[in-house]
Amino acid sequence: MIRLESITKVFNPGTVNENTALRNVSLHVREGDFITVIGSNGAGKSTLLNLVSGTFMPTAGKVFVNDIEVTRHPEYKRARYIGRIFQDPLLGTASNMSLEDNMMITYRKGFKGPRISLNNRMRGFFQERLTHLEMGLEDRLKDNVGLLSGGQRQALTLLMMVLSEPELILLDEHTAALDPKNAQMVLDLTMRFVNEYRLTTVMVTHNMPHAIQYGNRLLMMDKGEIILDVDGEEKRSLTVDKLVRKFHEIRHRTFESDEVLLSEVE
Amino acid sequence: MIEGILVEGLVYSLMVLGVFITFRILNFPDLTVDGSFPLGAAIMAVMITQGASLWFGLAISFLGGLVAGMVTALIHNKLKVPNLLAGILTMTMLWSINIRVLGNRANLPLLRQTTILTHVRAMATDVMSSVVAVLIFFLAVTLIAKFLVDLFFRTDLGLTMGAMGNNEQMVIATGANPETLKLIGVGLSNALVALSGAFVAQYQGFADVNLGQGIIIAGLASVMIGEFLIRSNRIWILTARAVLGSILYRGIMYLGRYYGYYVNLTPNDLKLITGLLIIVSLVITQMRTSKPKALLVLPGAGGEEAPPAGAARAAATGKGAL
Repeated sequence: MIRLESITKVFNPGTVNENTALRNVSLHVREGDFITVIGSNGAGKSTLLNLVSGTFMPTAGKVFVNDIEVTRHPEYKRARYIGRIFQDPLLGTASNMSLEDNMMITYRKGFKGPRISLNNRMRGFFQERLTHLEMGLEDRLKDNVGLLSGGQRQALTLLMMVLSEPELILLDEHTAALDPKNAQMVLDLTMRFVNEYRLTTVMVTHNMPHAIQYGNRLLMMDKGEIILDVDGEEKRSLTVDKLVRKFHEIRHRTFESDEVLLSEVE
Repeated sequence: MIEGILVEGLVYSLMVLGVFITFRILNFPDLTVDGSFPLGAAIMAVMITQGASLWFGLAISFLGGLVAGMVTALIHNKLKVPNLLAGILTMTMLWSINIRVLGNRANLPLLRQTTILTHVRAMATDVMSSVVAVLIFFLAVTLIAKFLVDLFFRTDLGLTMGAMGNNEQMVIATGANPETLKLIGVGLSNALVALSGAFVAQYQGFADVNLGQGIIIAGLASVMIGEFLIRSNRIWILTARAVLGSILYRGIMYLGRYYGYYVNLTPNDLKLITGLLIIVSLVITQMRTSKPKALLVLPGAGGEEAPPAGAARAAATGKGAL
């Protein structure tokens, strides 16, 4: 479905701040895959997502979607089939607009003309969908999104993204900014939507147990490279210990990341 | 006196609506206004002296403003120039263009020419005083413009534009090109501004290349005064308060002009007063929202954060607004 071919991304080339975020990375995301991506800070996880979404253009290499090259397509064009959720719950919604306005804006993709689509039928549809979140948001269609809590906003963003029927969703540590209870709620909701709508998913996480628990495929990144790509039975039998040991075998150094180690304790 | 203030407030309210669209909805501080306002006036004045149809004149003024705004948006989009600078560039270029439009002179009087107001006054004879007729006419024009702006921001295109000033990333995520939205938004804003200029030229009886000097600050002050009146996230209230703000601003300026001499104020001090008005508005807004906000980056579409009732409910349920 999505294919990255020998992608290299260098930031600030030719300056003292030159930084190679991705080194010759190739990846094939198959339809129906649920890929979890793990790695320490600066491993290139977010850069990988940014290259798929089109936020950054690669320094070298090509990006294909359904065998069509999209390497130079801007982000807004790719957004028509890619849904994305960020760590910051504020990035998915417009806080000074009402729930119904927000839902209407993201409901259809692409450039929308001067046509009024927000009618009572649409409101009824949004209300019905919101009841599935079980947060009472269905009674708050006219409230500004800025009044919602971070967890509610992220859940709403998820719902809005799902309603726009993307082919691929990118989750960029989308629960990291929430408290544990809300994080679990959003994660459960994510799993429900992924299964319900059979979404192809790439999820970046700092949480090792989560990376192991969820999805059918796991990528481990380090210093701009994918050092481990496991799926099937091998993925199912993974444990945190095995993963840390594997890292040591491949890189001949200890897997170090405060956040990852902390998340093991959870 | 009161009629004068009302009429002036209404004539300029189209310009204030334009400024509201760029500053508040698109979060695109657009200074083109200082050039597109006299552009509208100049086009209209030339059309009148050339004997063209008045409606045609208004349409061409509207289009002129549209193009001026689009030039600013294009400079910003394509050359990645900051929006403020893009606006200043277009505004400066428009000064020369406006003189060309006026036929290589700085002003064009419309005395003894047939303007829209001539028709309005003619229709009103025997029915009401011409002052009231002009007032009713501009009230109708303003209400129609306000209604159309409201309608536009209820469409899918308008809603998406509403998200622009607030969260550009969200607009990108819907698959719409932010550059296209800026092009349309800044264009429409300046079209309204030019239309306002076209009416002002007829109301004052002349077009002048310096008509637009400081108009952006007057527009911004009007928008901010309006924001003190009502808090809301409904578009029809937001546009209504822009109109009210425009009238109030003209009222304050009128007081300054006619009673200012008691405190030794001259008409030359009005710009200083306008500036101070904006500063006071900013200070009060900051004190009210308690969290400090950067100058001119006040919230986009909704104008401000939570309405008080909603905030109280959010606090009551223990879920603070973000």
